Amino acid sequence: MQKDELKIKLSELLPSAAFEEGAEWPTILIDPRVWTDLARHIRSGIRLDFDYLFCLTAVDWKTHFTVVYHLTSTVHRHTLVVKIRLDRERPEVPTVSDIWRTAEFHEREAYDLMGIVFTEHPDLRRLFMTDEWIGWPLRKDYEDPVNMIKL
Amino acid sequence: MDVSQPFPGEVHPTAGGGILVTKLDEVINWARSNSLWPLVFGTSCCAIEMMSTAAAKYDWSRFGFEVARATPRQADVIIIAGTIVNKMAPVLRRLYDQMADPKYVIAMGACATSGGPFFYNTYSVVKGADHVIPVDVYVAGCPPRPEALLHALITLQEKIRNNHAER
Amino acid sequence: MIEDLGTTEQGELVVNLGPQHPSTHGVLHLVVTLNGETIKKVEPHLGYIHRSIEKMCESLSYRQFIYVTSRMDYLSSHINNHGCALCVEKGMQIEVPPRGRVIRVLMDELTRLASHQLWWGAMAMDVGALTPFFHAFREREAINDIMEQTCGARLTMNYMVPGGVMVDIHPDFQQKVKEFIRFFKGKIDEYDELVTENVIFKSRMEGVGYISPEDAVSFGCTGPTARGSGVSCDLRKISPYEVYDQVQFEEVMENGGDCFARYLVRMQEMRQSLSIIEQLIDNIPGGEFQAKTKAVLKLPKGEFYSRVETARGEFGVYIISEGGTTPYRIKFRSPGFSNLSALDHMARGHKIGDLVAIMGTLDLVIPDIDR
Repeated sequence: MQKDELKIKLSELLPSAAFEEGAEWPTILIDPRVWTDLARHIRSGIRLDFDYLFCLTAVDWKTHFTVVYHLTSTVHRHTLVVKIRLDRERPEVPTVSDIWRTAEFHEREAYDLMGIVFTEHPDLRRLFMTDEWIGWPLRKDYEDPVNMIKL
Repeated sequence: MDVSQPFPGEVHPTAGGGILVTKLDEVINWARSNSLWPLVFGTSCCAIEMMSTAAAKYDWSRFGFEVARATPRQADVIIIAGTIVNKMAPVLRRLYDQMADPKYVIAMGACATSGGPFFYNTYSVVKGADHVIPVDVYVAGCPPRPEALLHALITLQEKIRNNHAER
Repeated sequence: MIEDLGTTEQGELVVNLGPQHPSTHGVLHLVVTLNGETIKKVEPHLGYIHRSIEKMCESLSYRQFIYVTSRMDYLSSHINNHGCALCVEKGMQIEVPPRGRVIRVLMDELTRLASHQLWWGAMAMDVGALTPFFHAFREREAINDIMEQTCGARLTMNYMVPGGVMVDIHPDFQQKVKEFIRFFKGKIDEYDELVTENVIFKSRMEGVGYISPEDAVSFGCTGPTARGSGVSCDLRKISPYEVYDQVQFEEVMENGGDCFARYLVRMQEMRQSLSIIEQLIDNIPGGEFQAKTKAVLKLPKGEFYSRVETARGEFGVYIISEGGTTPYRIKFRSPGFSNLSALDHMARGHKIGDLVAIMGTLDLVIPDIDR
């Protein structure tokens, strides 16, 4: 499906979504509460069929967080980017690991390194760091005078 | 010649126990240095160059490192090939403790020597394997060529023969 | 990690496999729940080589961060660097000259060959055949020598720059590569005779570790892991970059879904890589090998994503830039991370010996997973 067609179809599906301009792939910004329904629709919607989640990124913007999902379809070969803006004090977003199984590991990594909580995840614990590690290393305000030697 | 009187000056006994024991020491050191069995321990990229050293072109079994053992109980030398991170350090310590004496350590590559390219701005890398276990020989390079690793192995052998190795 | 071990209430045994173990994949720690010798659950514990590369790259310039990715998936180091260079070029709208593009593709395909050779040797060693290891390394040394002559290093060749390649190819490059092609064509048939047709090997590989195409896509598997189940996901065909749309090669797919199908996919991929190299080696265009760029690169504000096909699957580089000389946030989408998440699904109900065979065909490189 072409970029414009996809935009029209998504605005029908979710009127409150905002589109970002100037990006390579169609990008929508949504609220965390509507994410589960939208995910199910784009996974199995006719002519949408976004069955392959290829990247899940968590970004720290100092005042808020953003979780970025890159999705593509192996059937129609179109790509979509979904961005969800989260509160800095309580970053919570529903999990999609029952829809795309690859999200299990990706969400654990985002929790481990950024501290974003994915509600209803089957097994949310630290992945890379030791279980006793304190702090979320990839955040911009993470200080570690013992281990980090700054240039 | 009159040899019935004892020597009037001071007599110092020879250190090390005399010529029999030093010769025995030499033979034991020669035997030890020529059959050091390495432990299979490669964490990252240097492991590939270690495997290349074990393969047919830069064969290390010419020098006696024939059998690479998987279990530390049967190994003599541990070649730390790769970066050591905070989570791996206790594992490395435990492997070293499980090895039987005499044991030797070679730190291969820039990461094991000092943290390497991951020295600045990393929160999880141990800046040098000698923070965890005592090291005998350091090899520079990222990754070191197989010839550099062979040079390090030969240096270790000479160190053992000259009685300079740490325990 | 120790308190989980022992016996569970159902009488199942929980054992450790790793982090130090003789399979040469790196430091992977698997906690395996067994009923007798049958696997009930496999849980990977990662982080034993987590070197905080993403945090480190936030303080490196756009020319420096490319070479850290060589150390991530060190067997496809050229291809990783290529992906990073493509991302930076996308951001700065740099056009790579034709000679640079062809040299990049040649280096990529040679790296893919070297990676598959090592995979073959290591996997055969895991399954029990010790001799193929030496055969594989002998062939790999030929490629390493070619790389060393041009790029200066054998394993982590820091050769790609945003705009092209760092130095021009050595005058002997074309002749050496042609000799290598002649030498290696007969060797692939030898590999088939040695291992593929072997009765013991086949009975260890067939029917083991099945994954269906829908599950492969859901788990995010890419590369030969997914192509062994019939999923078409070769990025060189779907969204071609550099000169991949101008060379003839096939996307290799099998429908078996088990270990033997993935093995056959990689053997066939070696032949396809050889054919791509043959088509390009005589047609390297003349001209510049590197586009003129400023010494200090500054990406404009925005987000850029580039995808390349490494020997293991899809490698993605996602740069979020705020206009400075260092990136604001970099994310590397590594192929091994998603391939590993399918291991539990594939290994249930098999024996421990099959687990080793499955890990061999997944072709995991652990620093790639842990970053």
